[in-house]
Amino acid sequence: MTGRLWKTAPRLAVAAGLGVAVAFGAAGAVAETPKKGGVLKYVVPAEPPSFDGHRETTFALIHPIAPFYSVLIRVNPDNPGSPTDFVCDLCTEMPQASDDGKKYTFALRKGVTFHDGSALTAQDVVATFEKIINPPEGVASARKAFFVMVEKVSAADDHTVVFDLKYPSGAFIPALANPYNFIYAKAKLDQDIHWYEKNVMGSGPFVFKERQPGALISGERNADYYHEGKPYLDGFEAIFAKKQSLRVQAIRGGRAAIEFRGFPPKSRDDLKKALGDDITVQESDWNCVLLATPNQKVKPFDDPRVRRALSLAIDRWGGSKYLSEIAIVKTVGGVAFPGHPLAATREELEQIAGYWPDLEKSRAEAKRLLAEAGASNLKFTVNNRAVDQPYKIVGTWLIDQWKQIGLEVEQRVQPTGPFYATLRQKKDFDVSIDFNCQAVVNPLLDVSKFISGNRSGNSYGGYEDPEVDKMFDAMNRAADPAEQRKLMRAFEQRVLNDQVHSMITLWWYRIIPHRSEVKGWKISPSHYLNQDLSGVWLDG
Amino acid sequence: MYKYTIKRILLMVPTLFGAAVLVFFLLRLIPGDICELRLAGTGGYVDDEAVKICQQENNLDKPQYVQFFDWIAGFARGDLGTSMWTGQPITHEIALRFELSLQVAIMATVISILLAIPLGTISAIKQDTWIDYVVRGFSIAGIAMPSFWLGILIILGLLITTQAWFGGAWMPPIHYTPIWEDPVANLSQLIWPALATGYRYSAVATRMTRSAMLEVLREDYVRTARAKGLKEQVIVNRHALKNALLPVVTVIGIEFAFLMGGLVVTEQVFNLNGLGKLFVEAVTNHDYTLTQSLVMLVALIFVVTNFLVDLLYAWLDPRIRYS
Repeated sequence: MTGRLWKTAPRLAVAAGLGVAVAFGAAGAVAETPKKGGVLKYVVPAEPPSFDGHRETTFALIHPIAPFYSVLIRVNPDNPGSPTDFVCDLCTEMPQASDDGKKYTFALRKGVTFHDGSALTAQDVVATFEKIINPPEGVASARKAFFVMVEKVSAADDHTVVFDLKYPSGAFIPALANPYNFIYAKAKLDQDIHWYEKNVMGSGPFVFKERQPGALISGERNADYYHEGKPYLDGFEAIFAKKQSLRVQAIRGGRAAIEFRGFPPKSRDDLKKALGDDITVQESDWNCVLLATPNQKVKPFDDPRVRRALSLAIDRWGGSKYLSEIAIVKTVGGVAFPGHPLAATREELEQIAGYWPDLEKSRAEAKRLLAEAGASNLKFTVNNRAVDQPYKIVGTWLIDQWKQIGLEVEQRVQPTGPFYATLRQKKDFDVSIDFNCQAVVNPLLDVSKFISGNRSGNSYGGYEDPEVDKMFDAMNRAADPAEQRKLMRAFEQRVLNDQVHSMITLWWYRIIPHRSEVKGWKISPSHYLNQDLSGVWLDG
Repeated sequence: MYKYTIKRILLMVPTLFGAAVLVFFLLRLIPGDICELRLAGTGGYVDDEAVKICQQENNLDKPQYVQFFDWIAGFARGDLGTSMWTGQPITHEIALRFELSLQVAIMATVISILLAIPLGTISAIKQDTWIDYVVRGFSIAGIAMPSFWLGILIILGLLITTQAWFGGAWMPPIHYTPIWEDPVANLSQLIWPALATGYRYSAVATRMTRSAMLEVLREDYVRTARAKGLKEQVIVNRHALKNALLPVVTVIGIEFAFLMGGLVVTEQVFNLNGLGKLFVEAVTNHDYTLTQSLVMLVALIFVVTNFLVDLLYAWLDPRIRYS
C-alpha cells in the first residue's frame, strides 16, 4: 500500500531528506501509542480567500482546509522531511511507470465515501484532475502548468485511474503529490464547477463544522475515515491570528497548541525560556528561497558583469551564520532545494560566483568587474516587501554587503500589493527582493522561476534567455535522474554564475515551537505539506 | 425641533455620497489589485490566465465609472455585493464583526463614562488640591499611552502574573463567543480591550468634564444658587453638571463612533474579530467592495452618531432647539 519509491529519484534521497528535519525535545524520541480524543487548537496567520484548493495558492487555505480532503498521493506523513518519499492516500500502491515512462495506473481504495455518504470512485478523481489540468473556460486553476506533461486522465473502471503522459517526466509524481490537489465529488462539480469555492465537502479525516468569518474554521472527526483508527483527534479549531506576537502569546497562554507556518528564532527562544519542557521545537530547511533580482531592462543591470559583481559581494556563508540567529533564513544553496538529490553539493556551489570560499577574492573581483563596466560608483534602489521576516532583515543585510564593494544602495519598502504591482505591472525597479516558495519539493518545476519572463509566470528580471529555457525543457523531459542532475548543474551555472539572472541569498529555515502535548506531527520542508492532521494526537 | 431634525437628516445624503466618491476613487489609486495579490503574493508559480479570470470575475476589467455606478446602484438598493476576497456576501462578512465591535464600543464607552464624569467633576471641585493632581496625572497618562500599547501590557501582565502565581500562563480567549452563548468566555475576552480603550477615552472625557465644570462653576447662576444657600451637592448635580455635560456628550459621541471602526491596532493586539481588523484586512487585500462598504458603514455610524449628539444637544440646551 505504501510503495515509497519514486521511480525517477535515487533512493539515497530518502536518507538525505531525513537529515534535513531536526526535532528538539520529546518529539520523535520514542514511538508512543497515540491517544484518542481532544480538540487541537492552532493559529493560522491569515484567512483563506475561498475554500477551493485548485484555484488558491496560499498556505492559509491548506492549514484549515486540508484536513477535510483526501488526495491521490502525498508526501509520506511519517517521513515528511524527505523531498522524495511519496505514498498513497487514496490509491492502494504507488504505481511504477510503464516501460516507456508515459503511463501511470493508480488502483484506488474501495469503500471510500465523501462526507455526504456518497461513494468516491475513479470518476471523481478524473473530474478533479480534469478541473486542475484542463479547466473549462472561465475557471481558474493555479497549478495547471504543473501538469504540462499530462496527455490524458481517464478511469479504466470505478477503482482505477490512468494518467497518460506526453513524455516521461520526473516532475509528474511530485506534481501529483501537491497538497492542493483535493479530490472533489464529480456530482458537485457537474452541478456547479464553482461549488467548492464556497463549500467544503471532501472525504478526508475531518468533517467541516463551521466557519466564523475572520475568526476560525473548525472540523470534527470523520468516523468513516478510510485510514483505520484515524484520525485520533475529536476535532480541530484553526483560529486566525494575523499578528505574530499574538500567535506566540497564544501558544504561551495555552489558547493554541501550535502554529504550522514557522516562527523566527527569537520567538522559539522566548517560548522555550517561558515554558521549558512544555515546548517542543521542530526545525527544518524550508522550500522557500529569498532572491535579489536585477531588472535587466534598466541600465546598468543589463550588463552581466554588473549583475555578477552584485552576487560576488554577498557573503552567503557568513550571512548564514549570523542571520540565522535573527531571521527565518539559514541554508546556503543553489537553484534546487538543498538536500534534494538534484541540489548542488557544497563543492559544486563553491564554483559559482558569490559562493567562493574566499570572500576577499570575491569582492576584489566584484570591484574589478564594476570598474570594467564603468559602474564603480553605482547608486541604486532595492525594492522590498514591507514584511519583517525575512524580507526587511535580509534586504538591510544586502545593502551592507553591497556597501562593502563601494555601492550606495537604498531600500524602498512597500506593502505586499504595491510591491507586486512594481514587480509584475510597473516593473520600475532596479533590483528587487523576490522569493520562490513551493509546496512539494519539485526542483524540476520549481526552477521555472528562472526561465524567461515570457514563459514563466513569476520570473521578474525582464530577460529572455532561450538557452535557459532549452535546458529547463530538457531537464523536464529527461527520465534519467543522473541526466536531470547534469542538466540542473548546467542550468544553475548559467542562471547564477554566467548570466546571474537572479541572486540567491539564503534559503529559509522553518522553526516550529509547539506545545509538547501535540504528538504525531512531523515537520516537513514546506508549510504546505503534511497538514491533514490525521496522525496528530494530544497527550494529556 | 421637527424642522431641525429633517434638515439634519437631509444633510446626511450629500455627506455619504461624498464619502462614496472619495473612497471609490482613492482606493483605486493604490498600485496593484486583489487578483495579483491573491495569486502572486505567495511567491509560487503564477498562472497569468488565472489572474485574468479572477479580474473578470471581480469586474476589474470594466472601466472605473462602470464599476462605480454598478456599486452605487447596488448600494442604493441595499445590496452591498460580495467580498472580492472571500466571495461571500458582505453583509455576512460584516455581521459577526459588527456585533463584536458594538459590544466593545458600548463596554468601553460605559467604562469611559463611569471614570470620566465622577473624576472630572471631583477634580474640578477640588481644583489645585492633591486629589486634582492625582486625577490630572491619571488622565494625562491615559492620553499619553496608546490603547494598543496598554493592551500589550495587559496581555503580558496576565501571562506573567498568572504563570508566577498559578504555575500556568493564562491569556484572554483569542476568538469571539457571543455573550448569550457563554457570558464568561465573552467577557473574559472583551473586558480587557474595553478597559484599555475605555481608559484611553475616559482620559479625554475627564479633562473635558473638568474644564467644562470649572467654567460652569464660575457662572453667575451657580454663584446665585450658592447665595440662595443650596447644598453644594445639589448645585453640582442639578445646576453645574448638566450644563457642563454639553461638550462631554460631543466627545463621548465622537469617541463611540470611532470605537466602532477605529480600533484597528487594539483589535490586532487582542485578536478581536471586529470591524477595525476587517478594515485593515480589506485594505491590505485590495478588497475594494468590502473596503467601500466598510467606509460607508463607518461614515453612516459617524453621521448618525453626530445626528443623535446634535439632538441630545438640542434637548440639553433649549437655546439650540429654539434657534
